[in-house]
Amino acid sequence: MKALKRLGVAIALCTAAAPVMADQFTAVSFGGAYGAAQQKHMLDPFMEKTGHKILFENYSGGIAEIKAQVESGNVLWDVVDIEVIDLERACSEGLLEVFPHDTLPAGDDGTPAKDDFSPEALSNECGVGNIVWTVLYSYNKETIEGGQPTTIEDLFNTEKFPGKRALRKRPQVNMEWALLADGVPKEQIYDVLATEAGQKQAFAKLDTIKNDLVWFDSWSQAPQLLNDGGAVMVQSANGRIFDAIQSDNKPFEMVWDAHIYDLDVWAIVKGTKHKAVAEEFIRFATSSKPESGMQDVAYGPTRQSSYAYVDPAIIPRLPSAHLEEGLQASGTFWADYGESLGEKFNEWLLN
Amino acid sequence: MPQFDLTTNSNKVQSVLTVEEMAQSRKIQRRRKLIAFAFVTPLLVFVMIAFIAPIGTMLYRSVYNPTVAQLIPDTLEALSDWDESSDARPDDAVLNRFAVELRQLAIDRDSGKLAEEINRGLPGSSSVIKATGRKMKKMDPALLSSEGASLLIATKPQWQTVEIWRVMKKSGAIFTDSSYLTALDLDRNSDDEIVPRDTQVYIQLYLKSLKIALTITLLTALIGFPLSYYLATASPKTANTLMVFVLLPFWTSLLVRTTSWIALLQTNGVVNSVLQYLHVISEPIEMLYTEFATVIAMTHILLPFMILPLYSVMKGIDPSYLRAAMSLGAKPIPAFIRIYMPMTVPGLSAGALLVFIISIGYYITPALVGGTDGQMISNIIAFHMQSSNNWELAAALGSLLLALILLLYWIYDRLVGVSNIKLG
Amino acid sequence: MHGLRLTAWAVLAFLMVPILVIIPLSFNAEPYFTFTEGMLSLDADAYSLEWYAEIFNNEKWLLAIKNSFFIGLCATIIATALGTFAAIGLSNPVMPFQRVIMAMLLSPMIVPLIITAAGMYFFYTQLGLSGTYLGVILAHAALGTPFVIITVNAALSGFDHSLMRASLGLGAPPIYTFFNVIMPLIRPGVISGALFAFVTSFDEVVVILFLAGPEQRTIPRQMFSGLREQINPTILAVAVLLVVISGLMLLTIEYIRARGERIRSGEI
Repeated sequence: MKALKRLGVAIALCTAAAPVMADQFTAVSFGGAYGAAQQKHMLDPFMEKTGHKILFENYSGGIAEIKAQVESGNVLWDVVDIEVIDLERACSEGLLEVFPHDTLPAGDDGTPAKDDFSPEALSNECGVGNIVWTVLYSYNKETIEGGQPTTIEDLFNTEKFPGKRALRKRPQVNMEWALLADGVPKEQIYDVLATEAGQKQAFAKLDTIKNDLVWFDSWSQAPQLLNDGGAVMVQSANGRIFDAIQSDNKPFEMVWDAHIYDLDVWAIVKGTKHKAVAEEFIRFATSSKPESGMQDVAYGPTRQSSYAYVDPAIIPRLPSAHLEEGLQASGTFWADYGESLGEKFNEWLLN
Repeated sequence: MPQFDLTTNSNKVQSVLTVEEMAQSRKIQRRRKLIAFAFVTPLLVFVMIAFIAPIGTMLYRSVYNPTVAQLIPDTLEALSDWDESSDARPDDAVLNRFAVELRQLAIDRDSGKLAEEINRGLPGSSSVIKATGRKMKKMDPALLSSEGASLLIATKPQWQTVEIWRVMKKSGAIFTDSSYLTALDLDRNSDDEIVPRDTQVYIQLYLKSLKIALTITLLTALIGFPLSYYLATASPKTANTLMVFVLLPFWTSLLVRTTSWIALLQTNGVVNSVLQYLHVISEPIEMLYTEFATVIAMTHILLPFMILPLYSVMKGIDPSYLRAAMSLGAKPIPAFIRIYMPMTVPGLSAGALLVFIISIGYYITPALVGGTDGQMISNIIAFHMQSSNNWELAAALGSLLLALILLLYWIYDRLVGVSNIKLG
Repeated sequence: MHGLRLTAWAVLAFLMVPILVIIPLSFNAEPYFTFTEGMLSLDADAYSLEWYAEIFNNEKWLLAIKNSFFIGLCATIIATALGTFAAIGLSNPVMPFQRVIMAMLLSPMIVPLIITAAGMYFFYTQLGLSGTYLGVILAHAALGTPFVIITVNAALSGFDHSLMRASLGLGAPPIYTFFNVIMPLIRPGVISGALFAFVTSFDEVVVILFLAGPEQRTIPRQMFSGLREQINPTILAVAVLLVVISGLMLLTIEYIRARGERIRSGEI
């Protein structure tokens, strides 16, 4: 009888008294060196200043988790760092709170927020632009053979530059690069990619290097592959390569030709129990000083006043210094064709 | 198992018992059944709620997609009179009603949900719906109910085409087999015929998973057999000691073992370093993130599931059979193949089925070491659950996999009996 | 025979080497998964305990360890209690629909985890149980029950159900009967079942990936994201600790089994 009672108590304890975490909210971002920079310049100072505790989580993008939380009414994430591609979808599906842009503080130099931020940073009602980042390719100076690659065509030139190339396993960026390397002008890329013929053309171009490709799933694998010899050229978020060069003295070089840049945005998940604190956090994180901290990983700030805090030596290594060599990723295009191209991409991988 | 219950003896008992006694015994019998059942009930209820119901929800989800029907009920009602095989778009009245509904969706910030569903049937329409929604949001509803059609078309010419309305009507069905068709690489054309889809992905993935699972099953049998035989014929003390080397991996976390394989197989990993040190190879071989990595890591992980049943069957085989055969003049190898091997079939089939069932639905190891060509059907299910948000398709793919597993499980139950599964 | 022994040892090596190889690697002073030259020449400076220290200095790993034990223990209690009762009922020859019910109760072991996880994600989300400790515990308990049934069932083979009837017939209350007649006989089976259930939960990551929120992060979940994101030897250090834990579990199980066999053969 005693044993049964004990069992009952144990079950009751288990089902009722799960560890309770009081007075904290959860912020979610992409981890790695980028996450570390956010922790250092955005989360830690905020926690110190306000006394709120933030649980910092990693995710790998996408809106599935947010969707599940909102639809079940069980919101676990309060603030998310989200890519513009996903932001557009999440916002139009009602998964994010509308952020009151008029409450954003002025820059440290006194410029009102609406003039201080770049227009793209405030173009969506659900979030506030946090950084400008980009996807480019990088090579290892010690393992590359055949000279120094400088253009996107070189990535597809396996005769001149033999060796494996590592790309992230998804159609995004890869399809754009294939067309750019095939001579399609930058301003027509997304129009061409919307047609059947354009998609065929892109896959045909990718076919030419298919046997030399290595695929990875997460950005943090890119510098690792370049480091351990898994590939001689890798596609990467610029910050990861910058960090490997800067902190670990890796012999990596970045190629800015045809980089595809985009914004990352702080947004609040719909139905959060910590809305006021979440807004306070975003206002803090996107103010002049914290934003400038992202220079640690070579991501550019979205507000002009932040540049006052950026090391002049780093400015040429920020995506904002290379905009004319690059192409802005189209959130609208990928909302339209992300899924169908994703399937075609999988089919292409299998064949 | 001793059988003391009355049912087995009821024929004999009948002749000596009176009617009352028989009724009494039946009552006792019923009571015993009830007690036995009462012991099982709590778990049965628990498993029903915690496990069977979720599986049921998934099956339901694979055919049930009410999103569009909930978003635009009025439009769908109006569309029901429209013949989708005709070459003309629905008339203006239908478009007007849609314009009014779209305006409301945009205000409620639900237009994205509609856009995602329609885009699935007609890639490219997501931006059409969202852009139109943004425009309609600013319009007066009274104006929309009379002039909606022309305003829609003025915003985006796609509203003039038949395709978008066809997809809209099709997506409006609450119960649909379209996810299953997609999962089988099929599609329905405008004449309602089932035709192969433009993209052929999933059948290939199923075949690939079957191939990988089969390879792993064969490999585990091939290398598990000699070890089991050695253990079964060794002295009990040696066998018990060596068994630890089989059981420790069996008890070790699957993630630990997968981690080990990453350390072994990576470009600068242990295997490549050793091979280079021994001058077998001059350049490291790419092993991690390949199908090879998936196969070898899973063979390692599942090997104990083959060895344990094989060993327990082999231990029960009397070695004198083999000796008898040889003393009657049979040569060792043919005697082994013709006398011993057939007796191991129960263990071999149990192990093979278990390994095959477990490996066909494996997710973690392929996800971590498989790269691109080592991916299995589970990985694409996870992809549709987590990245593409196509839950209906994920559910349909999962249901097909489940059907395959249950078929194998049924065979296993017939051949081996699920209550005969032994652990450790 | 010589060839057979060689083959058998080669297979044993295949089973063990991958597990052993991570042990020295976890003491690597460099942040890589590879043997450095210093390690091979047994230079003491090439070895370090920093990755072990990292586990215990990192809040996330500490939370993960706490969660793994908490969730594992709770799931084990539920699975063991329900599974033991069910096994007793199922082993009774008068049990109706024995075969079908058995197949159903063992199905959580057979259905691929990705399907279970997807189904639970749909269903538990509707109940508001996703991202809660309760949801994860219930899910893990469901996954653990088949193992309890199997081990208790094995311990019950040969159990004479008339003993139970005798006890009940003599007027002993059912609970007394359970703890004083049945339990002593099946205790070894219950304990190994509980260990299996615990390990099932302790190792499980797919359901966690779908069902758990940030607060319910467990060791395997943390390892999984580590392997996908930033591979560093902390994961190897954790892996070594897990191997030690599984070794202890294995010893416990073997001890119980050996004891059980001796009890049966009348040695004790």
